[in-house]
Amino acid sequence: MKKTYLLGAIAAATMVAGAASAQATLEAVKARGELICGSNTGLTGFGAPDANGTWAGFDVDLCRAIAAAILGDATKVKFVPTTGETRFTALQSGEVDVLIRNSTWTATRDSELALDFVAVNYYDGQGFMVKKDLGVSSAKELDGATVCIQTGTTTELNLADFFKQNNISYQPVTIADDAEGQRQYLAGACDAYTTDASGLAASRATLPDAENHIILPEIISKEPLGPVVRHGDNNWGDIVRWTYYSLLVAEEKGITKANVEEVAASTTDEEVKRLLGTSGDMAVKFGLDADAFKRAILAGGNYGEIFAANIGEGTSINLARGLNALWTQGGLQYAPPFR
Amino acid sequence: MALAHDAPKDSFRLSMLIYDTRYRAITIQVFVLILVAAFFAWLLNNTIENLAIRGKEFNYGFLWQRAGYDIGQQLIPYTNDSTHFRALLVGLLNTLVVAVLGCIFATILGVVIGVLRLSKNWLVSRLMTVYVEVFRNVPVLLWILLAYVILSEVTPSPRDFKAAEGVEPAASMILGETVAVTNRGTNIPAPLVDHSLGGFEIGGIPINFTVLAFVAVLVMSFWANARILTAARLRQEATGDRPTTWWKSLLVLFVPVIALSVILGLHWEIPALAGFNFKGGILVAHSFTALLVALTLYTAAFIAEIVRAGILAISKGQSEAAFALGLRPGRTMQLVILPQALRVIIPPLISQYLNITKNTSLGIAVSYLDLRGTLGGISLNQTGRELECMLLMMAIYLTLSLSISTVMNFYNKSVQLKVR
Repeated sequence: MKKTYLLGAIAAATMVAGAASAQATLEAVKARGELICGSNTGLTGFGAPDANGTWAGFDVDLCRAIAAAILGDATKVKFVPTTGETRFTALQSGEVDVLIRNSTWTATRDSELALDFVAVNYYDGQGFMVKKDLGVSSAKELDGATVCIQTGTTTELNLADFFKQNNISYQPVTIADDAEGQRQYLAGACDAYTTDASGLAASRATLPDAENHIILPEIISKEPLGPVVRHGDNNWGDIVRWTYYSLLVAEEKGITKANVEEVAASTTDEEVKRLLGTSGDMAVKFGLDADAFKRAILAGGNYGEIFAANIGEGTSINLARGLNALWTQGGLQYAPPFR
Repeated sequence: MALAHDAPKDSFRLSMLIYDTRYRAITIQVFVLILVAAFFAWLLNNTIENLAIRGKEFNYGFLWQRAGYDIGQQLIPYTNDSTHFRALLVGLLNTLVVAVLGCIFATILGVVIGVLRLSKNWLVSRLMTVYVEVFRNVPVLLWILLAYVILSEVTPSPRDFKAAEGVEPAASMILGETVAVTNRGTNIPAPLVDHSLGGFEIGGIPINFTVLAFVAVLVMSFWANARILTAARLRQEATGDRPTTWWKSLLVLFVPVIALSVILGLHWEIPALAGFNFKGGILVAHSFTALLVALTLYTAAFIAEIVRAGILAISKGQSEAAFALGLRPGRTMQLVILPQALRVIIPPLISQYLNITKNTSLGIAVSYLDLRGTLGGISLNQTGRELECMLLMMAIYLTLSLSISTVMNFYNKSVQLKVR
């Protein structure tokens, strides 16, 4: 008798647990009133807390745009710092709703890790940073060098491939995150530090003697970085994807944070009307409010504004748009039509 | 006519399971057992269901795929083309080498400190007290980090060894120009042989005949030496006069190894500065040295206390009796006190050995790629198989610890008081 009750209780408990994890992410975020965003533990320009403890950066602003689209308030984001090692587990286990933490889109991560990369918000490639007085001008001259490398990243595998292809040797020093990598590199524990070129630029910007460090010209891999969601919740993936695209379309159509209200009132462009929610119910189809994408643009501006404010030329990171320019300006950033 | 009835033969009723003291204990045990089994069944079921929700299956197939990453310290040949299983083996060996060396050094240091702490010399005993209290009361992780930072901050960079025009290099090699200490590691000479005996692999585990030959010769030498010493002792006990053994011991211990070295053409490869780093020889990374030094110093403090407790547990009458027989204090300690103290020392010593073995996993803090760093670190990350890697890693650590305690328990039995 007792046993039956027990089994019944176990079955019930299991069903409750199962139901909870199957609940759609959008409903969970709305019910919570807060978006939980997996972010970097601290990479200046992309995602790092500032002196007041407020998170800021290129990736962080996308999190804020998504929060604004869903909840109407760009500040309702909780940032959970994740390392290269813990980020995907944090996402899979439901600890974070979306991971926007310069993560590279690869086939393995899409298939075996059961994750979905929904867009590419930064086209990057792996590079090397060395001290100027090392006298090296190409990565192919690094034969026998000690290289600091973040563990749990695609860069680890690219590095092994690059040295093998060029038939040169190296000594790896594995490190857990960017801060430790910088410390080891500056202490001279390694000759070269390798990670995504954007990350190197960000690291270099924070060095007191940035002019004594150079980033080598070789880009040894393709690193498309983008927001990641769990596989299986397609609607949630669509929301993240199209919030990002709304920022791209905004730049393409010249809609900025400053003029979005004005444009919404005066525009005659049907696509802009659909985007800003003044005609049709584009956002409602995703389960959001009609003006969701307008709020996303209001949060931090369009893609170009976010880029310029955090990592663009003129900031300490000083990255050119390059591949990340709009398709209309010879770059790769291209959004499908809002129709 | 029967005067007394037999007690009524009770037929078994279900309520007796609770109210009858004969059955109650069993009932409770069975009930608790079912609860425990149900709990584990629930855990297992939960895991399977959640894995199914995420579309992941439990599979160890990834162990045979190409690893694709490099490992700094490798005791067996490994490249990024090797499998994850091979990376696991490299990591396991890195764990073992720290654990074994750590146990040996910590024991030696611990015994010396434990004995010295009981010294009548005020300064020595106080110094040892300070050592023990400082080392065992600060987390070992901090000691590891401290050792690593000291090693990498105070040592010169490889570039300082370069001789510039007319300028003396800022740093030079030590020990007769054979060892170079840089801020990355210590470069020591590597033994090489001209005529390798070859080797083969069993299930991915490489067997090197050259190494085996040296190990075999050394074991035989020590065994023969032990035989010589035993024979001398028996002779001394029987006749009272001890035959000279030193030249026999030297002969047995050194000649076979030297002969083997000559036959195989053993020579040393001296590290030399080439490009960015020293090339040739063996690079002992600072992560390894820091981990080993910190674990040794930390655990030695505990072992010292265990040894001190063991010695204090021996009654004072034993040493008084030994002194009365005319034994000097050193001989008393060696022949009378320590052998008896071992009975008290060994069991807690086993725990310390297990602690060292498990604490090697803290090497992750200084990027030491042990089992935790390869299987539980990079392999886990690159394949995304957390559950499989964690379970396998736990099983390996468990096996390792149980093996150590089994061996040590045998030793413990051999030193226990024999009751005849």
